[in-house]
Amino acid sequence: MELSLSNYLVVAALLFTIGVAGIILNRKNIIVILMSIELMLLSVNINLVAFSAYHADLTGQVFALFILTVAAAEAAIGLAILVAYYRNRGSIAVEDINVLKG
Amino acid sequence: MAQVFFFYLFAAIMLASAFMVVAARNPVHSVLFLILAFVNASGLFLLAGAEFLALILIVVYVGAVAVLFLFVVMMLDVDFAELKSGFLQVLPVGAVIGAIVAIELILVVVGWKASPTALAGASAPATPDVSNTVALGRVIYTKYVFFFQAAGLVLLTAMIGAIVLTLRHKQGVKRQSIPEQNARTVETAMEVKKVPSRAGV
Repeated sequence: MELSLSNYLVVAALLFTIGVAGIILNRKNIIVILMSIELMLLSVNINLVAFSAYHADLTGQVFALFILTVAAAEAAIGLAILVAYYRNRGSIAVEDINVLKG
Repeated sequence: MAQVFFFYLFAAIMLASAFMVVAARNPVHSVLFLILAFVNASGLFLLAGAEFLALILIVVYVGAVAVLFLFVVMMLDVDFAELKSGFLQVLPVGAVIGAIVAIELILVVVGWKASPTALAGASAPATPDVSNTVALGRVIYTKYVFFFQAAGLVLLTAMIGAIVLTLRHKQGVKRQSIPEQNARTVETAMEVKKVPSRAGV
């Protein structure tokens, strides 16, 4: 039994599914939503690395590195917005954020 | 054979801890399970031969992003049990949508075939004679140098954005003002008073 590309792809697909389900299940808790987004980006990275190994092409790993960068930036900005919002409103319930509609 | 064993070990632990990230009641536990998921994902990267990315994943995620999450979870005084309350009502919806997404993705993965010419188009072929880090460095700093700079720009923007969003100046706090201190002269800082003897000031 050998490891093939589809092993990685199935694992990444399941991880992505868990991320999608996590966003739906934790609609109220924006911190867990951000963590689910991190999980989805991780599954994308697993796909890229698996294809990179399969094709013996480094481009996939370079791209995964950039996705890692963007994910880190996204987490930092998201949490900063969360902290600023909490200071203003005293809660982080996603349902309250619709006051932005004006 | 050991490779297969470790692949399934890492994959199983990663999927289980990812599930716990979503399902845990306490967000602190969620963050800790997220760390476990990332450590196991880096194990998967190692198995795929991407050593540099595996270690970067540990440094960046476990060392920085997860700790940032932990800080925010602990800093905010939020009733997380209340936020968890609607969990059971949306559970069927989440399960159905998750199942649909999983089935679609797995159908794509199973019914997929590489074009015979795909491998010929490798734009940065791996060089087996040097280590993964050296090979990646050779590609990033030559072929993808502009993308690399753009990634740095994204990080700079994120840093400035996070600082601007969270920095605030409290009113009524005494602060040091260096220009004000430097502008002081003997004339403005001192006053000579003539005190009559035996009378006090």
